[in-house]
Amino acid sequence: MSGHQSTYNPQTGIEKWIDERLPLPRLVYDSFVDFPTPKNLNYWYTFGGILAFCLATQIATGVVLAMHYTPTVDEGFASVERIMRDVPYGWLLRYIHANGASMFFLAVYIHIFRGLYYGSYKAPREVLWILGCVIFLLMMGTAFLGYMLPWGQMSYHGANVITGLIGAIPIVGESIQIWLMGGPSIGNQTLQRFFSLHYLLPFMIAAVVILHIWALHVPGNNNPTGVEVKDVKKDTVPFHPYYTVKDGFAIVVFMIIFSAFVFYMPNALGHTDNYIEANPLVTPSHIVPEWYLLPFYAILRAITFDLGPIDAKLLGVIFMFGSIAVLFVLPWLDTSTVKSLRYRPTARRFFYAFLVCSIGLGWCGAANPDDPLPGLKFGSDKLLVTYIDTEGNNASSMFEEYEEAQAFIEEQPAEAGASLGIQKGGAIRFIHLAQLLTLYYFAYFLVILPLLGLTERPKDEPESIHKAVLQANGHGSKADEKAAGEAVPIPAE
Amino acid sequence: MKLFKQLALVAVSTGLALSAHAAGGAEHAHPPEEGWPFEGPMGQFDQEALQRGYQVYREVCASCHSMKLMSFRNLSEAGGPFYSGDYPPNENPLVKAFAAEAEVFKGYDDYGDPVYGPATAADRFPSPFSNDNAARIANGGALPPDLSVITKARHGGASYIYSLLTGYPAYEEVDLDGNIEFPRTDAYGSDHGTDDHGDGHGSSDGSHHEPHGLLNQPIGQYYNPYFPGDTTPQWTGDPRHIPAGGFLAMAPPLADGQVVYMDGTEATVSQMSSDVAQFLAWAGEPKQAKRKSAGLKTIIFLSVFAMLLWLSYHQIWEKVEH
Repeated sequence: MSGHQSTYNPQTGIEKWIDERLPLPRLVYDSFVDFPTPKNLNYWYTFGGILAFCLATQIATGVVLAMHYTPTVDEGFASVERIMRDVPYGWLLRYIHANGASMFFLAVYIHIFRGLYYGSYKAPREVLWILGCVIFLLMMGTAFLGYMLPWGQMSYHGANVITGLIGAIPIVGESIQIWLMGGPSIGNQTLQRFFSLHYLLPFMIAAVVILHIWALHVPGNNNPTGVEVKDVKKDTVPFHPYYTVKDGFAIVVFMIIFSAFVFYMPNALGHTDNYIEANPLVTPSHIVPEWYLLPFYAILRAITFDLGPIDAKLLGVIFMFGSIAVLFVLPWLDTSTVKSLRYRPTARRFFYAFLVCSIGLGWCGAANPDDPLPGLKFGSDKLLVTYIDTEGNNASSMFEEYEEAQAFIEEQPAEAGASLGIQKGGAIRFIHLAQLLTLYYFAYFLVILPLLGLTERPKDEPESIHKAVLQANGHGSKADEKAAGEAVPIPAE
Repeated sequence: MKLFKQLALVAVSTGLALSAHAAGGAEHAHPPEEGWPFEGPMGQFDQEALQRGYQVYREVCASCHSMKLMSFRNLSEAGGPFYSGDYPPNENPLVKAFAAEAEVFKGYDDYGDPVYGPATAADRFPSPFSNDNAARIANGGALPPDLSVITKARHGGASYIYSLLTGYPAYEEVDLDGNIEFPRTDAYGSDHGTDDHGDGHGSSDGSHHEPHGLLNQPIGQYYNPYFPGDTTPQWTGDPRHIPAGGFLAMAPPLADGQVVYMDGTEATVSQMSSDVAQFLAWAGEPKQAKRKSAGLKTIIFLSVFAMLLWLSYHQIWEKVEH
């Protein structure tokens, strides 16, 4: 914390010598050893450490993979398979890297929802939050670029869809699209620049992570009560060994889940089409991004209507980018001064609905938008015979049974040109769900959070972290024993 | 532990989201009745099945399908069909003999003329056609896909290969005009026709209707319920209940007794399909048995490590209320 005095005390001559010239050991000591950390952080707070582990893993495996990968359209696909077959432990490196991307996003989503729940974006941590959003954007960019490299069918056609979106931006879009692709279409030059940028972006992420940690260490950690540290002695413990061991335990448990994917279901999170070498002439039956981008893909596809002069495609792009942009201004949208949702029961319900909404958007993103939702189909499909009647007008008749429709067609003269089709029964389809959820997604940030802060009556926050801990552990009143980690109101003492 | 429950929930919902990918108009691929020996966290390949599978590939599939990512030496590497501890992979006499039957380009001699000679264990499997156009013209315009990673490139993997190869209508089910009557009589004991999991596009209302009608195979195309495609244009019958599957340019490649197995196993279509599917599953990822055994060690190590950290955590935090 900014007010926190350095407690680093160089012991040996060499430490003193270095400390007077470049006090790096002091910085590390003050940031990761003796940094005062609230003592009530729960396991949701270990995901920062887990994410640092993920980034380090991706960079380490990625650097070695780059030594064996060939970024050309002729050899890209085969060179990835060569890594799997002939490079010693290449299969391990590649599967860690590919599944590592998924694990990275799993962890970052939990980290973001943690921040939303405990109000970690509120003053004085707005810059910390915004830097986190920047990291999230860079991660999505890096993941998209990396997915192109195996040069499979989904790589190619996915890249085609995404660069096409940029082309939807009026006036400048097409120029940017050509500039990104390095030419009029995706080809070798695109693969090479994507590879170059895929290598660059993780180091930009690492740089922003340093800023993110810096911005964390100025105000210090938020905590599940949302109450700021009042008394360093009573409210906090030093980061080491208290949180190194807790984060360490969480990281190892995370590694076990990670390993289960890498060793036993390495391709479960991928798409089979990406094991088919890219072929511009054959388009996969449906193009879907990796799971972690599905909610945004669902928002993009949910917009099927024009709005004034803006056509549906551009509007979809605006909504998709808007869904991330809104996160940047969240600190000023939420009007409540109470940080933690533990003390905002109404807001908590909306939060859980938002969580379900986000997962639901992911589901919509994976599904075919025109498919009916399971169990939400009313009425069955009918048979529709279209023909030209005796007056030369287009006419049609509906039938329930195939035999009746067939008999009707046979009755018609040849010049009627009767043909059989299907009239789909009514249903609520994935597209409708996606539209509803998109509406809620934006309403949560733009309507619910701003209004709720003004109208709701939050419960009383505890006086301090120390008192909240005592209370939770049953030293206050016995009735609140189960309050640890739970959102139980804590009366002010 | 609440956290892990919630984590599991996230994992399950992710899985749900992904399972939606698999939706399509083809029958759901199934393994042979006895299942696959290589499946599951402890599963390993049956070396004899891999050897028979290689024989089927070599004698049947290889006449149209390449396996460009495979070298002969892969066959004799650890976990491969002809692995033997007695020889290094490149010296395995059986594999050297397999390789030597192929003639490959070896380089240029001192006069600059090309030299051809018998392949060695280090050489790639020979491709049946010199390029894609040659492959297409010989196969009615369709390109036989490379089989190197086919089990990773199709939903269902080895089960897809097995189901496809055993799923063609029997010879007597198709009349001289290429018509197949639905509902079909069953050919190789696969479970289509009576089940209700493999519904086509038509029955998306949830109720299952048996397709009744006539499906006409276009010339040079063959119906297979497991091949993802669309049967609508060739269907005479209720368009709401079309047969699952599609048409592919590969005629049923296997018939009983098509190969004579060296180990005396009876070469039924089901046996050959199962063997070649296992061979292709191995070839798609030759290191998968190694991967699984490394996984077991890794997870045991991490579990012990996690336990130690958990105990350290409790000891360190013992005196701190939190």
